Amino acid sequence: MGNGTSLGRVRGLGASHHGTGHWLQQRLTALGNLLLVGWFVVSLLRLPLGDHGAVLRWASNPMVALGLILMVVSVFWHLRLGLQVMIEDYVHGEAARLLAIVLLNFYAIGGAAYGIFAIARIAFSGGAAA
Amino acid sequence: MAGKQPGGRPLSPHLGVYKWAPSMAVSIFHRITGDGLAIVGALMFLWWLGALAAGPDAYAAFLACVWHDPDAGSVHQVTNILGKVVLVGLTWAFFQHLFSGLRHLVLDTGAGYELRINRLWSILVFVGAILATAAVWLYIAQEALHG
Repeated sequence: MGNGTSLGRVRGLGASHHGTGHWLQQRLTALGNLLLVGWFVVSLLRLPLGDHGAVLRWASNPMVALGLILMVVSVFWHLRLGLQVMIEDYVHGEAARLLAIVLLNFYAIGGAAYGIFAIARIAFSGGAAA
Repeated sequence: MAGKQPGGRPLSPHLGVYKWAPSMAVSIFHRITGDGLAIVGALMFLWWLGALAAGPDAYAAFLACVWHDPDAGSVHQVTNILGKVVLVGLTWAFFQHLFSGLRHLVLDTGAGYELRINRLWSILVFVGAILATAAVWLYIAQEALHG
């Protein structure tokens, strides 16, 4: 860091040149969420959610399964970015912050994998379990 | 470090004239609802999805815990109420974060920073989220009664 000018002391720190990418990805996944979660919520309201067979038939439709997988990717990507900002703002100390970011990645990637696997399981069994 | 510049100049925010405003409320609620959806909403979704994939018995167990248990034990009587509270909360958080997010997309274009316009849309985000949540749950209640 040195004892130079104010500019010299901050150069290379801060967002480390990744700030714009983070910002843009948050907006792009926000647009993805707008379309995909909007479709999902309307679908839930129209489905007889108490009827396992009916919901399974809906989810096993290839276009629906594809939409659900896209939604899981968009949502978990978006929530990883958002929770990262919260951690960066509120978790202090390098070790604690690093641990929180590692746990966040386990949660976001693990959750998305769990969701995608469940959708694939529904789609590839063709709703036969009903 | 910030705050240690020479000269003793006044630092922002000027706490003497600090006043709570709708734009500040909508900002912190964007974060609260976003983080709430990211943790509670995502986990509820994965729980539902996993139960759906696991079969009719697992799905029935999910419904009995969160929504309605036909032969309700005392534990499920409590979780059925909690489940509905959480679902109403998630519905509100979804609309609050959605409308607030749309506001942010507009602000990203550089529009809507005039004091009165900014204040108006901040308030409308709160009003819209409450109205949309009420509309969804009135629809669900009406379907449950007639459907």
